[in-house]
Amino acid sequence: MLRRRVIPCLDVNGGRVVKGTRFVDLTDEGDPPQLAARYAAEGADEIVFLDIGAAPEGRGTLLEIVERTARRAFIPLTVGGGVRSVEEMRDVLRAGADKVSLNTAAVADPDLIARCAARFGRQAVVVAIDARRVGVTDDDPGQAELEIRDAAWEVLVRGGRDVTGLDAVAWAERAVALGAGELLVTSIDRDGTQAGFDTALLRAISSRVRVPVIASGGAAGPADFVAAIVEGGADAVLAASIFHRRIHSIADVKAAMAAAGLPIRLVPASVP
Amino acid sequence: MSPLRVALVDYGAGNLVSIGQALTVVGAEVALIGDGRDLAGAEALVVPGVGAAAPAMARLHERGLVEPIRRWIVDGRPYLGICLGLQLLFSASEEDGAATFGVLPGRTVELADAPTLPHIGWNQVIRRREHPLFAGIGAAADFYFVHSYAGRPDPEAASAVLADTVHGGSFVSAIARGPLLGVQFHPERSGPDGLRLIANFVAFARDLARAAA
Repeated sequence: MLRRRVIPCLDVNGGRVVKGTRFVDLTDEGDPPQLAARYAAEGADEIVFLDIGAAPEGRGTLLEIVERTARRAFIPLTVGGGVRSVEEMRDVLRAGADKVSLNTAAVADPDLIARCAARFGRQAVVVAIDARRVGVTDDDPGQAELEIRDAAWEVLVRGGRDVTGLDAVAWAERAVALGAGELLVTSIDRDGTQAGFDTALLRAISSRVRVPVIASGGAAGPADFVAAIVEGGADAVLAASIFHRRIHSIADVKAAMAAAGLPIRLVPASVP
Repeated sequence: MSPLRVALVDYGAGNLVSIGQALTVVGAEVALIGDGRDLAGAEALVVPGVGAAAPAMARLHERGLVEPIRRWIVDGRPYLGICLGLQLLFSASEEDGAATFGVLPGRTVELADAPTLPHIGWNQVIRRREHPLFAGIGAAADFYFVHSYAGRPDPEAASAVLADTVHGGSFVSAIARGPLLGVQFHPERSGPDGLRLIANFVAFARDLARAAA
């Protein structure tokens, strides 16, 4: 049976892993290859590596870090940030990524998704969607009772800086129709807040697409990961700060998932 | 004992860093090969790859690799196909109608009744029989998959099936017929068990190659 994945996310800026709250106020969390190797040993099912800056350090530096990371961690690596063309995706795959995540460039040029899927197969194309609730704020006391049909989310790009006017659920369906093989759905309202995943957003999207959905933004404790899967319909759960800061281990999260009856991968003890 | 010389086929399809690194870590000497002439001197062949069959076959043709790879297989030399490198062994792919190597009777078909597609993540590889490729690995160990299609052997090739995996329906996730090995999952991305499988392939290929020499 297919296992539900636990994925640490490395947000990389200037060659270092950083973490912010709602995409700002960045703090330094360590060296990307070193953290990736640590997470692989601790039982991570995959690593997501996002170049969150406007790549001011240059594409060459990023590719070099991707390659060093790929050589250290014998688990899958998804890389995103600043990929705007089939050629750039090819370079990132050649550097050692297994999948490439498209975000801002896909919104600006949706056909990019189709071109990348035609060249590399849709299983290699992840579309990342950064979504923010519209109409209600995250602090609304009545929000939990909202029906899904009453909630709406808009897509933001450029690391949460620009509003697009796109409806997140409609964009998710279009991205899949164009060739996305997986969706990485981040709630900007919840990112870094430790208020839990936006399970309504996840459910709204996972109920409309057949591709796997990765939940992102807001993880605080193991129960949140279980909720993202059980309530949100996610196939995988992603988090950053709680793992970087050792607030919870990957093993803690997997233990909670197993206790909730979810299929997980137990990690073999040693490398031969 | 000198390291096994492994030719790793490079036809511009995906991540070669991981499989190259994994082979190196288990003690093989890896040469990336971009055309058929480069196969001279190799003792084992590894064909990786992700994505669709038609563009992959087109690139293999462009580089003059199709006939040398087919000859390698027909000559009974050690071969490990990973993901697309397994699917290419069958005669054709239903994904885009591509004609593939045709050394195993069967076709590549979309996963039936899959609850999510592509099938992405770790899943159990359930063995039908013992084989040196899986020495020291549990009978239903988890490996990493990322694909939408899988090879479906014809009934006369059923004896080549080594393992199955369930995602909705059941599909063939590993084959072995003599020196011809193929896995639908990515051992180079499957942690300690994946590295053990690659080490097992290198040992298996070394025994074969050096017995033949």
